[in-house]
Amino acid sequence: MRVRRRGGGAVRSIAAWGAAVVAASALSACAAPRHDDVVNLYYAPEEHLQTVVDRCNDQADGRYRIVYHKLPRDADGQREQLVRRLAAQDDGMDVLGLDTTWTAEFARAGWVREWTGAERRQAEAGTLAGPLASARYGGKLFGAPKNTNVQLLWYRSDVVDRPPRTWDEMIEQARRFEAAGEPSTILIPGAQFEGYVVQFNTLLASAGGKLISDDGTRAVVDEGAVRALEQLKALADSGLTSPSMSNSQEDDVRLEFQQGDAAFQLNWPFAYPSMQEDAPDIARNVRWARYPSSDPARPSKVTLGGFNLAVSAHSPNPQASFAAALCLRSPDSQRFSAIHDGVPPTIESVYAAPEMAAEYPMRDTILEELRDPAIRPITPAYQNVSTVLSKLLSPASRIDPPRTAERIRTEVQDALDSRGVLP
Amino acid sequence: MSAVDEAKRAERRLGWALCAPAALVMLAVTGWPILHAVWLSFQRYDLKYPDQREFVGLENYLTVLSNQYWWTAFGTTLLIVATQLVIEFVLGMALALIMHRAVIGRGLVRTASLIPYGIVTVVAAFSWRYAWTPDTGYLANLFAADGAPLTERGSALAIIVLAEVWKTTPFMALLLMTGLALVSEDLLEAAQIDGASRWQRFTKVMLPVMKPAILVAVLFRTLDAFRVFDNIVVLTDGAQDTSSVSVLAYNNLIKGLNLGIGSTMSVLIFLAVALIAFLFVKLFGAAAPGADEDGGRR
Repeated sequence: MRVRRRGGGAVRSIAAWGAAVVAASALSACAAPRHDDVVNLYYAPEEHLQTVVDRCNDQADGRYRIVYHKLPRDADGQREQLVRRLAAQDDGMDVLGLDTTWTAEFARAGWVREWTGAERRQAEAGTLAGPLASARYGGKLFGAPKNTNVQLLWYRSDVVDRPPRTWDEMIEQARRFEAAGEPSTILIPGAQFEGYVVQFNTLLASAGGKLISDDGTRAVVDEGAVRALEQLKALADSGLTSPSMSNSQEDDVRLEFQQGDAAFQLNWPFAYPSMQEDAPDIARNVRWARYPSSDPARPSKVTLGGFNLAVSAHSPNPQASFAAALCLRSPDSQRFSAIHDGVPPTIESVYAAPEMAAEYPMRDTILEELRDPAIRPITPAYQNVSTVLSKLLSPASRIDPPRTAERIRTEVQDALDSRGVLP
Repeated sequence: MSAVDEAKRAERRLGWALCAPAALVMLAVTGWPILHAVWLSFQRYDLKYPDQREFVGLENYLTVLSNQYWWTAFGTTLLIVATQLVIEFVLGMALALIMHRAVIGRGLVRTASLIPYGIVTVVAAFSWRYAWTPDTGYLANLFAADGAPLTERGSALAIIVLAEVWKTTPFMALLLMTGLALVSEDLLEAAQIDGASRWQRFTKVMLPVMKPAILVAVLFRTLDAFRVFDNIVVLTDGAQDTSSVSVLAYNNLIKGLNLGIGSTMSVLIFLAVALIAFLFVKLFGAAAPGADEDGGRR
C-alpha cells in the first residue's frame, strides 16, 4: 500500500516537473536570452555560406559571432518571413539578405538602418556602380551589395556559328535552324512571375525606354516600353519558343535546354555549372554571349539581380552587425562565394583573381554587362509593380503593344500609389 | 419553486460554466481576427507606408468591388466550385454505393479510396503540375503532345478542378456513405415489391432519406471549395486568369502588404461564405441538421 502510494506520488511529481519544464521552455522561447556578441544573419540558402560565416567568426576574434539562419528557398517566401517579423518589430534578426529590389521597400518602411561614416565608405570602396545603385534609396545607402547577377545568352556552338547581337537576329537565326531541322527553340522564363519582368526590363532598358520616373512616383510608359512589348510579342508569335514558355521559370528553362532541342537560352549564370553536371554532352558545346539587344545601334543593357546585406532597424547590436556584414561581403568572402557558389562578385577587383578563370570562364562577358547594366525601377512599391507587370505581360502571345502599354501605365500608377487591386 | 427545478437550474449553470472557457477561447481566436479584419478594411493601411495610415470608410470596398480582377477571380471561383461539386457528387455517390454494397474487402476499398484525401494538397498539386508539364510529364505527353495545357485558361482550370476532384471525392463519398446507412433495407424491399425500378428506388427512396447527409456533404464541400488556394498557387500561380478570390486576397495582403485592400477582400470572402451557408440552410431548410421534418421549426 505504502509503495503504491509512493509510486503515485512519484508519477505526480514527475508530471508536475514535466509541466514546469514545458512552461519554462515556452517562456524562454518567447524571450530567448541574447548575448551581445551574437549577430543573427538571415539569408537565402547558399551552400557554402556557412564556411564564409565561420571564417568571419574566426577573424572577429570574439568581437561578434555570426549565426546563419536559412530563409526559404524562393524569393517570395524569403521576403514574407522578413517582412512579417520586421513589421512586428522582432529584435531577433540582425543582418538581412535583401534581394536588390526589396531594398527601397525596406528602407521606406523604416525596417533597415542607413549605412553611414566609415562603414559606408568601406561598403562603397571598389564596388561596381550598378549594384551600389540598387542598394540606395533617396540618396542614402541602405545595403552593402554582397553579390550581383546578370543574365547571358547561352547558345549551342554546334548549331550557332556566330551569336546573335540583337533580338531580331536571334529569331531570324532560330528560324533558319528550324528550317534545317536543327535544334532551334529559344528558351526564356515567361511564367507570370518576377523573372519574366526581369526579361521585360532588359528589353526595355536596351531600347532606351523607361517605365517609372526617376523619383519612383510616376508611371511613364514611353516608346521604348512599346518597343519592348513588340519584341516579346514577336518572339511569342514566332513559334520558336517552348510550348510551356508561359509557365516556365528559370530552372524549368535550364532543364528544358538540357533536353537538347533548344538553340538559345536566356538565363542566369547558374545554368552553366548545372549543365556541366547534368548534361555533359550538351554542355561541351555550350557558349555564352552578351544578352541580345533590342537596338542594333547599341549593346544591350541587362537587368541586375543579386543580394544586398542590410542591418535591421530592430537589431540591438547594430555596431557588430555592420562589422559582420562588411566581413561577409569582403573581397575575400566574395571570391570564395563566387568560386564555390557561383554568385558573381560586386567588387570589381575580385574578377581579376586567378582562380576565377577556371570556375568563371564567362567572367569577362559578365563584367562587360555589369559595367553598363539596367536597374529595375527603384521604388518601395516594386513588388506591387512587378505583380501588375507580370500579369499584364503574361502570356506574351496576348500582348497588344499600344493597348498593353496603356494598361501598364494606369495599373502601375495605382500600384505606386498603393491604391488599386493587385491581380 | 420546487427542488427539482432548483437542481435543474444549478446543472444548467454548471453547464455554462464548463463550456465558458472553450467559448471564450473560440471568441478570442476566431472572433477577434474577424473584427480586426473589418476594422482594417476601413483604413488605407500599407505596411510599406506606415506613416500614411488613415481612416477611409468604405473606399476600399468601392475599389475592390469596382475592380475587374476581383470579379474575374470571383467568377473563376464560382466556376471551379460549381463544376467541382457536380462531378464530385456524382462520383462520390457512385463510390459510396460501391463501398456500401461491397461484400469482400470493404475495409480495403474504403481505406484505398481515402488515400488521395490523406495526401497533403501541395504535394499532390506538385505531382499534378509535373504530370501536366510537357517533356517531364506523362499526362501532358499523352493528352497534349503539342501544347502545354497549364498555359491555357480553359485547360488550366480543368486541371485545377480535376486535382480538386481527385483529392476530395473520397471525403464526399464518406459523408454520403453515412447517409446510405440511414436507408433501411425494409424500405427498399417494400419499394421493390411495389414494383419500383432500380432508378425509382434510388431517386424516390434513397435520395429523400439521405437528404440530411447530402446537405451536409454538399455544404461542407461548397464552403471548402470556395476557399480553393493551394492547387491554384502550385499549378498556375494565378496566371491566365485562374486566380481564385483567396489567391487574390493573399497577393494583396501578404505579397502586396496592403492591409486595407487585403482585409477588405478577406471580409468579402467571409461574407460570401456566410451567405452560401445561409442559402443552403434556407433552401434545404427541412433537412438542416437539427431541424424537424416540418420545415425546420420546433
